Amino acid sequence: MAEVFTNATQVLQGFKGVKKVSVEEYFTSGHRTCQGCESALVMRLMIKAAGPRTIVLGATGCMYVANTTYYTTPWVVPWMHTQLGSSGSAALGTAAGLKALMKKGRMKAEPINVIAFCGDGGGADMGLGAISATLTHKEYNCLILLYDNESYANTDIQASGSTPYGANTTFSPPGSVKRIMHNRWKKNTAGMLAAGHPECRYVATVDASYAVDMMNKVRKALSIGGPTFIHSFDPCPKGWDFDPMLSHELGELAVETGIFPLYEVEDGVVRHYGKTRAIAEGRPRKPVREYLLKQGRFAHFTEEDLDYFQAKVDEMWEKWEIPGVIPFWKEKRPAVPMP
Amino acid sequence: MAGRVELVQGNQGCARAALDAGCRFYAGYPITPSSEIAEVLAAALPGLGGVFLQMEDEIASMGAVLGASLAGCKAMTASSGPGFSLMQEHIGYAAFTEIPCVIVNVMRGGPSTGLPTSPAQGDVMQARWGTHGDHPIIVLVPASVAEVYGLTVQAFTLAERYRTPVVLLYDEVIGHVRERVTLPDAAALPLVARPRPAGPPAGYRPYAATQTGVPPMADFGSGYRFHVTGLAHDERGYPTQDAAVVARLHARLHAKLERGRDDIVSWEAAGVDDAETVVVAFGIAARAARQAMTLARARGERVGVFRPRTLWPFPDRELKDIAGRARRIVVAEMNMGQMLLEVERCVAGQAPVVPCLRADGLPLTPEDVLARLEAPARAGAIR
Repeated sequence: MAEVFTNATQVLQGFKGVKKVSVEEYFTSGHRTCQGCESALVMRLMIKAAGPRTIVLGATGCMYVANTTYYTTPWVVPWMHTQLGSSGSAALGTAAGLKALMKKGRMKAEPINVIAFCGDGGGADMGLGAISATLTHKEYNCLILLYDNESYANTDIQASGSTPYGANTTFSPPGSVKRIMHNRWKKNTAGMLAAGHPECRYVATVDASYAVDMMNKVRKALSIGGPTFIHSFDPCPKGWDFDPMLSHELGELAVETGIFPLYEVEDGVVRHYGKTRAIAEGRPRKPVREYLLKQGRFAHFTEEDLDYFQAKVDEMWEKWEIPGVIPFWKEKRPAVPMP
Repeated sequence: MAGRVELVQGNQGCARAALDAGCRFYAGYPITPSSEIAEVLAAALPGLGGVFLQMEDEIASMGAVLGASLAGCKAMTASSGPGFSLMQEHIGYAAFTEIPCVIVNVMRGGPSTGLPTSPAQGDVMQARWGTHGDHPIIVLVPASVAEVYGLTVQAFTLAERYRTPVVLLYDEVIGHVRERVTLPDAAALPLVARPRPAGPPAGYRPYAATQTGVPPMADFGSGYRFHVTGLAHDERGYPTQDAAVVARLHARLHAKLERGRDDIVSWEAAGVDDAETVVVAFGIAARAARQAMTLARARGERVGVFRPRTLWPFPDRELKDIAGRARRIVVAEMNMGQMLLEVERCVAGQAPVVPCLRADGLPLTPEDVLARLEAPARAGAIR
């Protein structure tokens, strides 16, 4: 077997509680994100967890545009914009370049974190192929973080492959004749990438409503070695049409209703964590309506739509081979009629 | 013709014209400043029995458009610079396999992400030469909302008539400006459908050299055997490396648009008959040129404007004729000098060609043009 040489990574221990989190900020003032933007929080916590010796690359999306307008930037660390579909390849190229320069002695050998972020459009749609390719290159240390606000929030809230069923977007406005204009179920991006890349050492889902957990997953992803992937769930007041003060609460509700499961796949071992762990162990989930009806994008839902959504989430927990992660059914799946 | 007087945005006008022209399939991907086209069609197409598909990127968008067109639908997509770049391979495919389709490119500042919310005219050459290999293409350049409507309908007409991709190219200002327009009665529009085979399926040749150069195109699934490949192909559509067959294919692809040239090429000339200086401009820049012409004529300068409505094929014979009578040609465009090269080719030294260029994200102004009218006449030297 050919030997694979991987550079050393930084050793980043998990924060033991919120009071132990470092106070330094590397994503600071100078951005124009919306009030209540969870993605901005994800950027801030991500780089806080990673620390100063980090290069951040960002694919086109709202975290690119809103963070780089009018001669300002909130990034204290080196940052580069990369094209919409290329978060994976930008991460790979940067990590490979650093490795080559260090190997040749052209720059000091030290562990430098490489993080490429992408939105759900850039990551789950257009850039999926590039992320997939990168996750097979196990000799390069990099983290790809997908911040999922469930729409193309940068270009005025068009549906993406990560938009939930039935949501009102500018590409799927509900009408009086046809109510549900977005009838695709959200992609299972993290599960697909974990299952499809057996040598990728770390894939996790995170939610910034659980900030310490989220930062610790970033630290683990950067420390473990090789390419890694994190899928972050980010409530978006503008795109989802809710009061900005509800961002944190919706982040929690998505987990408590079982809609967005929190898990990590470390060296092939799946582990549910946080409140998802209790759900996986059988604790009752909150009804999805508590989450859905707080958002204007589902305001057109009827009882029938809510039942359909609930049934699909129930399936995820009761029927899937690995609940919330791998959608292979334990038994033959009945055809579910769409409302 | 009964009309509907309305205040319409350029992109909305494009979407409405597409619907009126019989477009029933749109696949696309959001991008500023073109997204309104998709948003209007997303709301309207389902109610008309059409299909709106959001794709994962612009490569996929064009792929879906080609499939829908092969199935028999009038199909389109819309984008801006970065997306138009991604579409190029499939545009070449459409040209080579003769699949009618309409691609709208609402130009913004480039290259790369550039200036997403600002106007530019930097895709002149990309629209013509963006793909690899040789193929002709039709590119239409409207200069008002009314013309966006008219040329969108014309884009479908030409795409269907000549079995070719047609690019509708306009800038962010034309895309977002709202103007009072009289929309024609949709039912009275002269709509054109692609030539379809009438004979028995047995002898069908999807790439036959017909008299017009445009072979009839069967809808997929209509009983005609139709093999489509991006490889060089013979009249049946089967791949070939036979030099004579490949040469014939290329010759026919070029000849079919050359034969239709006078049907395709469109332009507008104002005040050129007595003009000493002729300003050549398209799109929003042409409107600045027209205002400059009005101001210059008010102070006694003999200025005219020549405005291509088809950028490709370029109205070269017409411009050459006008240039022969003018003392100076000014090319006003919002890029670093692209149409300029084509104008220089057409003018062929008959008159000095003065560039009036702007590529800073702001629309060209009449003052910009006026300033160049007074500039020293040096052939093509000022960049």
